[in-house]
Amino acid sequence: MSDIKHHITPALMMGYAAGGLPEAINLVIATHVSICDECRASLAEYESIGGSVVETTEAAAMSAGSLEATLALLGAQDRPAAPKRPAAHGVFPAPLRDYAGGDAADVRWKSLGGGVKQRILQADSYGSVRLLKIPGGVAVPDHGHKGIELTLVLQGAFSDDTGHFGRGDVEIADQSLEHTPIAEPGADCICLAATDAPLRFNSLIPRLLQPLFKI
Amino acid sequence: MPETATLDWTAEMAAIRDRQDQAAFARLFSHFAPRLKAFLMKSGLAPDQAEDCAQDVMATVWKRAALFDPAKAGVSTWIFTIARNRRIDLARRGARPEPEELPWTPEPAPDQADVLAMQQDSDRLTKALAELPEAQRRIVERAFYGDLSHSEIAAETGLPLGTIKSRIRLALERLRHALD
Ligand SMILES: [Zn+2]
Repeated sequence: MSDIKHHITPALMMGYAAGGLPEAINLVIATHVSICDECRASLAEYESIGGSVVETTEAAAMSAGSLEATLALLGAQDRPAAPKRPAAHGVFPAPLRDYAGGDAADVRWKSLGGGVKQRILQADSYGSVRLLKIPGGVAVPDHGHKGIELTLVLQGAFSDDTGHFGRGDVEIADQSLEHTPIAEPGADCICLAATDAPLRFNSLIPRLLQPLFKI
Repeated sequence: MPETATLDWTAEMAAIRDRQDQAAFARLFSHFAPRLKAFLMKSGLAPDQAEDCAQDVMATVWKRAALFDPAKAGVSTWIFTIARNRRIDLARRGARPEPEELPWTPEPAPDQADVLAMQQDSDRLTKALAELPEAQRRIVERAFYGDLSHSEIAAETGLPLGTIKSRIRLALERLRHALD
């Protein structure tokens, strides 16, 4: 049913289930899980481990009167409603739309030269995440290679020595992976790319452009 | 009988949802609140902060009781996700966007066989976690306390992963089929 072949690794899925990852990485995983049933099931499994960890944690005594204090907090219950985050139809799943301000057609791109465009969606001292739009035959910009780097394809495709990456596929690279992904001919390749290295504006552009001139 | 004990939590949740049963809530509270407090302290919260947060999570359990689906997750799992999200809010280190929700058909009475199977899978996983060699169990626990970066998490922890996963996958296939 699904053509997705490159998934979120167990370590990253455990980190996402545990809630210990940078926002930038979380966004890529939430976007991938939105369109990948395999990883949706895997997330449920890791969240169950979280439940087991709570269950097996040695209890710490609550203060006297804590139940009464909590009972005083109880108010009306929520009624079940339609999903608060219904499935989006289009190129971007719902979590990505929240960050991009709409679907792919709504993105306010900034040119990086060579036909490559980007839009930074979020950046803090724990990481950064951006959208990239790359014409066929052009290299996917290198976004840092410090720490871990996740590149999720949303439209079009790219390929490198490690394989072909189409919609939904996510490439996970660290410093040890030497690769130059190239966008495949056809529709512009749109990727969501995140790194857990802090974004440095002064060195960003030259590093981004460097791979473009390698081909 | 541990299985019966776990099933009771599902029954308490139904009593909270259907009858706003405060006695059922009190039983759920006496089991989960002290564990949540310990879990949150191991996640780095000071004891009084962990106490407040545990109370707050339990109040949210009450408020959202109708949204709990026992065929999709165990009670402890659902409570864990509420506590995790609260901890992330408190840490102010950045958001954790959620995947988009699937259009699950809201079933007022989920299939009892599905509920039982989910509870048994959850019990099996809890038992497996408790029986892991000390070093491996510590890695899993520290990951969930938010004490390990993803690069420090060993990919292979020895947990029998795949029981709940295969059940969820079957449910997803059923859902996709129904939507076609
Ligand atoms: Zn996947």
